[in-house]
Amino acid sequence: MAVTVLDSLNHALDHAMDTDSRVYLLGEDILDPYGGAFKVTRGLSTKFPERVLTTPISEAGIVGVANGMALRGLRPVAEIMFGDFVTLSADQLVNHAAKFRWMYNDNVRLPLVVRTPMGGRRGYGPTHSQSLEKLFLGVPGLKVVAPNALGNPGDLLLAAIAEEDPVLFVEHKLLYTRPLLEPGQGELADYEIQEFSEPYTSYVLRIPNYAPCLTIATYGYNFELARAAALDLMMEHEAFCELVLFSQLSPFGLQPLAASLRRTGNLLTVEEGTLSLGWGAEVAARCVEAVEGLRVRRVAARDLPVANAKSLEDAILPSVQDIVNAALELVGR
Amino acid sequence: MSDYFSLYKTMLLIRRFEERLLAEFSTGKLVGTTHTYIGQEADAAGIFSVAGADDVIFSNHRCHGHFLAYGGDPYRLAAELMGRATGLVGGRGGSQHIQWRNFYSNGIQGGIVPVATGMALVEKAQKTGNIALVFIGDGTLGEGSLYESLNIAALWTLPLLIVLEDNHYAQTTPSEKGVAGSMTGRFAAFGIPVWERETADVLEVRLAATEAIQRVRSGAGPACLLLHTYRFSAHSKGDDPRSPEELTRIRQFDPLNVHAKRLPSAEIEQAETEVAPVVNDAFARADADPFPSLRDY
Ligand SMILES: Cc1ncc(C[n+]2csc(CCOP(=O)(O)OP(=O)(O)O)c2C)c(N)n1
Ligand SMILES: [Mg+2]
Repeated sequence: MAVTVLDSLNHALDHAMDTDSRVYLLGEDILDPYGGAFKVTRGLSTKFPERVLTTPISEAGIVGVANGMALRGLRPVAEIMFGDFVTLSADQLVNHAAKFRWMYNDNVRLPLVVRTPMGGRRGYGPTHSQSLEKLFLGVPGLKVVAPNALGNPGDLLLAAIAEEDPVLFVEHKLLYTRPLLEPGQGELADYEIQEFSEPYTSYVLRIPNYAPCLTIATYGYNFELARAAALDLMMEHEAFCELVLFSQLSPFGLQPLAASLRRTGNLLTVEEGTLSLGWGAEVAARCVEAVEGLRVRRVAARDLPVANAKSLEDAILPSVQDIVNAALELVGR
Repeated sequence: MSDYFSLYKTMLLIRRFEERLLAEFSTGKLVGTTHTYIGQEADAAGIFSVAGADDVIFSNHRCHGHFLAYGGDPYRLAAELMGRATGLVGGRGGSQHIQWRNFYSNGIQGGIVPVATGMALVEKAQKTGNIALVFIGDGTLGEGSLYESLNIAALWTLPLLIVLEDNHYAQTTPSEKGVAGSMTGRFAAFGIPVWERETADVLEVRLAATEAIQRVRSGAGPACLLLHTYRFSAHSKGDDPRSPEELTRIRQFDPLNVHAKRLPSAEIEQAETEVAPVVNDAFARADADPFPSLRDY
C-alpha cells in the first residue's frame, strides 16, 4: 500500500518520540484507540503513554503549557484539532511563543511545534474549513510551515521538531489520505524538479525543453490544483508553467521564485485562504519589488466564510478552472 | 534577629528602588510605563524567603518587587528600565518583560499562567522536586486562560503555586466591578486548596507561603496563596482614581511599619544605610551605560 501523507507524519512523530525523550505530544482526543481527530497521533499513546497527553478542550491552555515545557527544555508538539481553533491560541503564539527568545535577549529557546489541520472541501462549514495561516504570517519569531504531497512531509515535521524556535505546522486536511508523490514517477514523470532547502525544502517544477511563460507559486494542498491547472494549460493552450512550491511560508526567501520569474515574467499565486491581504499579496509585493516588469495575478478563496453546501463551498474556494482562467488572462491568451 | 532584619531589608530595598524609579520618571530618565510594588512588599519578601532556590518563577507586569526579592541584581533591573544594553534583557523587554535564571515575566494578563503550568509539568516530569510559582492580580481573575490552567494543573497534579495578590484594583477598576462571586470559590471548584491571608505582616505571609509551598512540593498538586494587600502608588503612573481618604486609610497597612516594630531602631537605620548605596549605585551605574542599537544584532 502506498505511503500517505498521514503515514509519513505519523511515522515522523513516532521516530521523534523514539529517538528523543524530550518530545511530548499534547492535544485533544489524541489517545488511542481514537488517535486524534485526523489520526495523526494514532498508536503513539500506546507506545509512549507517559509522553502523550490528552488535554481538556483548552486551546490557549494547550499551547501555553507547551510554551512552558519548551522554555524549560522539552520539545512539545501540540495538536490543535482544527486549524480554525488556532485563534484561541493566538495570544500564546504571538505574545508568548514568538516573543520570548527575542524579548529575553536570546537567553532562552522555545522549541515548540503546533500542528493543525486547515482547509475546506470536506463540507465542514464556516468554522471547520478555513485556511487561517495567513493570520500568522509575518509574526516575527514564529515560523509557518506547510507540507505538501511531494517530498516527505514527515521530514518537514522532523525539521520543525528539531528547531530551537516555534513553528506553526499547517496540514491541509485533504492531504492526509494522499499518497506521497515521487519525483520522476507517475503524475510527476514529465517534470524536472529542483529542490531548494531552507531547511524546509521548496521545489521548482518545470517541463524540460519548453519555454515557460508563467510561474505559479503555491503551497500545501493547492499544489494539487496548480498541477492540474498546469496540465490543462499545457495540453489545451500550449502554455508551459513553472511551479514553485513553498514549504516554509513565513518568513520566506525570494529564491528560487525570483529566478523563475526572471525567466517567465508572470506570477500567479494560488492559495486557499481568503484573497484580501493574504499570502499571495505579500509574495506578489516582494516579487514586484525584486523583479523588473513583473505581471501578477492572485487566485484565492473569495472574501467570504466557507459555506457548508458543496455548491457554495466549491464556488467560494479556488478551483482548477479559476487557476486556468487567471493564467490565461495573465499571459494574454 | 538577623532573619527579621533580612526580611525588613528586602522590603526596604523594594520600597526605595521603586521610589527612586518613580523619581527618575519625573527627571525624564525613564520612558514608557511601570508598575510599582509599593505597599505589597510583604508578599514578595515573605514568599521568596521560603521559596526554593531552584523553583521556577513566572511574574507579571508588577514584577520588580518579585525580582528583587528573588535575589535579582538591582543594577541590571535599573539598566533594563532605563533601556540600556546592560539591562537584564539588553533593553528589549523593559519593565514588564524580564528574565534571569529561573525568573521570567511577561506583560500579558493571564497568558503567563498556562506557561507556568507547562513549566511545572517539566519539574514534575524530571522529578526535580522544584515547583513553579506564578503571580497574578485580582483583575487577572477575568482572564479565561487562567481557568484552563487551573483545570489542567489540577487534572495533572502539577507542582504549581498560584500567588494571587488581591490589591483590590485592576488598574482603575475596583474588584467589585471586576470579580463576581468568590475568589476562593474559583479555586475550590478545581479542588485546589487556598491559603488566604489579609495581612501586611511579612511573617504571616511567610508562614502561609511555607505551608502552601510545602503542600505543592509534596506532590499533592497545585495550590493557591491568596494575599489581600494594598498598593500605595498609582497603577502605573498617574492613573489613580482613589480618594485621598482611601489612600490615607490604606497607608496604615504599611508592611515596613508593621515589621519595623520587631526591630531595634539601630537595625532599621542599618537597613537604610545598607540599601541607599545599593539603589544609588544601581541607577547611577545604569545611567552611564550605553543604549542598545539594532546594529548589535
Ligand atoms: C491581556 C491583558 N489585558 C489588559 C492589560 C492591561 N493591564 C495591565 S495591568 C492591568 C490591571 C491588572 O490588574 P490586576 O490583575 O489586579 O494586577 P495589579 O495591576 O493590580 O497588580 C491591566 C488591565 C494587559 N497587560 N494584558
Ligand atoms: Mg489588582
